[in-house]
Amino acid sequence: MKSVLAASTAVMLAAPAMAEPTAEVLHWWTSGSEAQSIAVLQEQFKAEGGTWTDMPVAGGGGDAAMTALRARVLAGNAPTAVQLKGPAIQEWYEETGLADIASVAEANNWAEVLPERIADHMKCEGQWCAAPVNVHRVNWIWGNKQILDEHGIAMPTTWEEFNAAAEKLQAAGVTPLAHGGQNWQDATIFETVVLGLGGPEFYQKALVDLDPEALTSDTMVQVFDQMRTIRGFVDDNFSGRDWNLATAMVMNGEAAFQIMGDWAKGEFLAAGQEPGVDFVCAPTPGEGFLYNVDSFAFFELDGEEKQQGQELLAKLIMGPEFQKTFNLNKGSIPARNDVPLDEFDDCAKQSAEAMASGSEDGSLLPSYAHGMALRGAPAGAITDVVTQHFNSDMSSEDAVQQLADAVANAM
Amino acid sequence: MTSKTVLTKRLSRDALTTPHTGSVAKGRRNTLLRWGLYAILILFALFYLMPLFVMLTTSLKSLEEIRTGSLLALPRDITFAPWAEAWSTACAGTQCEGLRPFFWNSVLMAVPAVAISTVIGALNGYVFAQWRFPGANLFFAAILFGCFIPFQVVLLPMAQMLGLMGLAGTIPGLIFVHVIYGIGFTTLFFRNYYVTIPQELVRAAKVDGAGFFRIFWSIFLPISLPIITVSVIWQFTQIWNDFLFGVSFSGAGSQPVTVALNNIVNSTTGVKAYNVDMASAIIAALPTLLVYVVAGKYFIRGLTAGSVKG
Amino acid sequence: MEWLERNVPKLVLAPSFVAILIFVYGFIGWTAWISLTKSRLMPKYDLDGFGQYGRLFSAPRWDVAMNNLFIFGGLFIVISMVLGLMLAIFLDQKIRAEGVLRTIYLYPMALSLIVTGTAWKWILNPGLGIQQAIRGWGFESFTFDWLIRPEMAIYTIVLAAVWQASGFVMALFLAGLRSVDTEIIRAAQVDGIPTHRIYSAIIIPTMAPIFLSAFIVLAHLAIKAFDLVIALTGGGPGYATDLPATYMYAMAFSRGDLGQAAASAMIMMLVIFAIVVPYLYSELRPRRDQ
Repeated sequence: MKSVLAASTAVMLAAPAMAEPTAEVLHWWTSGSEAQSIAVLQEQFKAEGGTWTDMPVAGGGGDAAMTALRARVLAGNAPTAVQLKGPAIQEWYEETGLADIASVAEANNWAEVLPERIADHMKCEGQWCAAPVNVHRVNWIWGNKQILDEHGIAMPTTWEEFNAAAEKLQAAGVTPLAHGGQNWQDATIFETVVLGLGGPEFYQKALVDLDPEALTSDTMVQVFDQMRTIRGFVDDNFSGRDWNLATAMVMNGEAAFQIMGDWAKGEFLAAGQEPGVDFVCAPTPGEGFLYNVDSFAFFELDGEEKQQGQELLAKLIMGPEFQKTFNLNKGSIPARNDVPLDEFDDCAKQSAEAMASGSEDGSLLPSYAHGMALRGAPAGAITDVVTQHFNSDMSSEDAVQQLADAVANAM
Repeated sequence: MTSKTVLTKRLSRDALTTPHTGSVAKGRRNTLLRWGLYAILILFALFYLMPLFVMLTTSLKSLEEIRTGSLLALPRDITFAPWAEAWSTACAGTQCEGLRPFFWNSVLMAVPAVAISTVIGALNGYVFAQWRFPGANLFFAAILFGCFIPFQVVLLPMAQMLGLMGLAGTIPGLIFVHVIYGIGFTTLFFRNYYVTIPQELVRAAKVDGAGFFRIFWSIFLPISLPIITVSVIWQFTQIWNDFLFGVSFSGAGSQPVTVALNNIVNSTTGVKAYNVDMASAIIAALPTLLVYVVAGKYFIRGLTAGSVKG
Repeated sequence: MEWLERNVPKLVLAPSFVAILIFVYGFIGWTAWISLTKSRLMPKYDLDGFGQYGRLFSAPRWDVAMNNLFIFGGLFIVISMVLGLMLAIFLDQKIRAEGVLRTIYLYPMALSLIVTGTAWKWILNPGLGIQQAIRGWGFESFTFDWLIRPEMAIYTIVLAAVWQASGFVMALFLAGLRSVDTEIIRAAQVDGIPTHRIYSAIIIPTMAPIFLSAFIVLAHLAIKAFDLVIALTGGGPGYATDLPATYMYAMAFSRGDLGQAAASAMIMMLVIFAIVVPYLYSELRPRRDQ
């Protein structure tokens, strides 16, 4: 560890420090553990002699930040670095251009330490244009250990097992699934079901390639059937509930399971609960790994200090030390695969292993619900159908039809 | 009723603050009725207070209590720590100084914006009410229609304009935007107020040789306090509470308090501190609450004077 | 000099005129233009016909949003007016703590909905709020679960919006009541006309301008209702509580579908135009007494 640090410091010292690097950073990590995580980056940036101007805009999972970004870009006043992720990076590249950070990426061997699938998200027309911060695994299912032990239930590995376990719990008067009825949460469950029932290949076809055949296939009908079944496993008051309140239900023993990305772990840990003792984490039924990668992209700007600021930021973001500290704070895992995980908890270690093996066998897939697989319009159109189906008595066949129509209408 | 009685009545304090139908409710059989009346009024007061109650009690609980207890229960152990945190240590981004630093931004933005839009509204209203010219009504209608434009529509073109004017990401830029979209309402208020003042007054003053501004200054301004109060309260509430413009047109360092509030309460994947959220919300609303409590009486008086035309 | 003197009023209006022309009508024109393009993330100016409107009208979510606007707008305006008028009349009966009550009714207007929405969400949630509390007092069958029923959720938005605005309307009406000529009322009382008749036949008809002022303020709030939906339901369950303003925002800023957003904005503007212009006409046509 020390040698890595020393090496990176040596690189820094060797770099000609002509102008002072500056960076104005637009991000939506504004409160609690998220703010602490980004503060680590700020400190490192300052320690390297840079001037950091913070431009935090929270709300709607980045929607408000994207609103501010558009206003800034149209005003000809783009920030130095922006929290951007998934295909939005390439979309911005096409519309306005993004700064090329290949020199940093190549000097620091990004290609070797990043899983290929994730590295691809960071490239625009083959050039490096964004730096990844972390990897969240989305397809986790969390369980209350005590409830599960009491009813003799193991973490389900197939959706059939899940249904059986849920029915058993329901019969015993326990709410099987804690869920918050917000459209992105509905979409999160949906994508794990698509992955679980259809397998990685089907997921790729349906939710990444938007293949009309896959979207209207029998498998998709089954997916909606399963969504309807799941609807029966949530309590009556799920509408509009924030995800963390759903997590609290599992924590307090009001519900047995929750399907949510690994940020839910932060809630358990904040309440003093221990993985394996008070709560259990497992991948959702089926195989595969759905990732949600946060990253920063850089606009093309004039001014040497700004360009140096961008390079320094890119380098720091991908630095092993930052990746470790940041992700320990945030509950995700480093995007780099060479960061030692000794200090991480078991769930994180499990996640890192799955990422490595998924990268080998092609089951490492982008999360559609978290804006990694598709551009805004088609992703939103799918979510509209999913959430409308989940919250009404729409039949699975109708849902599949609407899904295909909505996707076609959004293209 | 004649314009003259309207004018005198508007200027007489008593007519405006004294309920005039009280005597109707005299008589013994009305005692029961009055109890019912109070019951209904108090019931509604409870309805209006409910969210504030929830916010207040939540802001006085520890996070532990919120996590384990009922969200709407009274706090078991009262703690003021969330308030202290909201004011001075909560993180809004990497800056963990609470709402305090952003308050000043909001003041710097709201005070000039309110003042400028009120002055412009007063002059516009004065012209529309007393210096009619052909097409004035059409123009007034056009201004009023501007009140209804959804702000989401103007975000992007406005961003471009601010960029062209070199005001992007600055407090003057925010002031400019708020003035532009405040003119409609302030003009409406002043026009409706001044229109009740007899035109003979202006005519007589003109005969005496007074000019446009002189008449405004010595006749209209002295009687304008009520409607200025209305305009100031309305504009202050709108501008202080605005989020959309604040988030789009501010830069680092010029973000108003609503943006900071939003940054404190919003977390995508982090643990939520509801007690700090609620305390922050109440703190951020204090200036407007204060304005309503202190100036509420004048508000009613001003509206009384402004909204009924003789 | 003479010319200047004569044209001072017009010169005073000139800056506002220019500003409104550019920043209201110019921007509406800009939006109209964008609605005819294929703009995605950022505005593009190549015209492409009416395709965006076709997409808009074939989106089931837009139908829901428009329906909701009429349900929400209608109920919100009517209920706020009725409630505001009722409270104003009640408060006008020599009520003891009038100042306190008035402030309580008025304060919601001062609060930003970013967080009030969370409080409402808890209050309306059947498992946490009113329903739970009243059941806790022993009324086991009490049900108040609008928030979680897609067909009823829009009414919770109405409820919260009425909460916010009705106090303001109350203030408008109270002001109106206070400015009705006391002599007329006294005369009516001497004639022995009952109180409710005095209100319905004498006082309320003189307050026509206030109804119109209240209408313009409420209509303005209804059309711009946005924060409320985002904070209270997020448009859910499903998209059952979507409104045109939230639809437009979602398209423009979270989905990178600017052309679509502009098309929806234009339709919204048409609706506003259809409602507001008759109002302005009735308000501004020349009156005999002036």
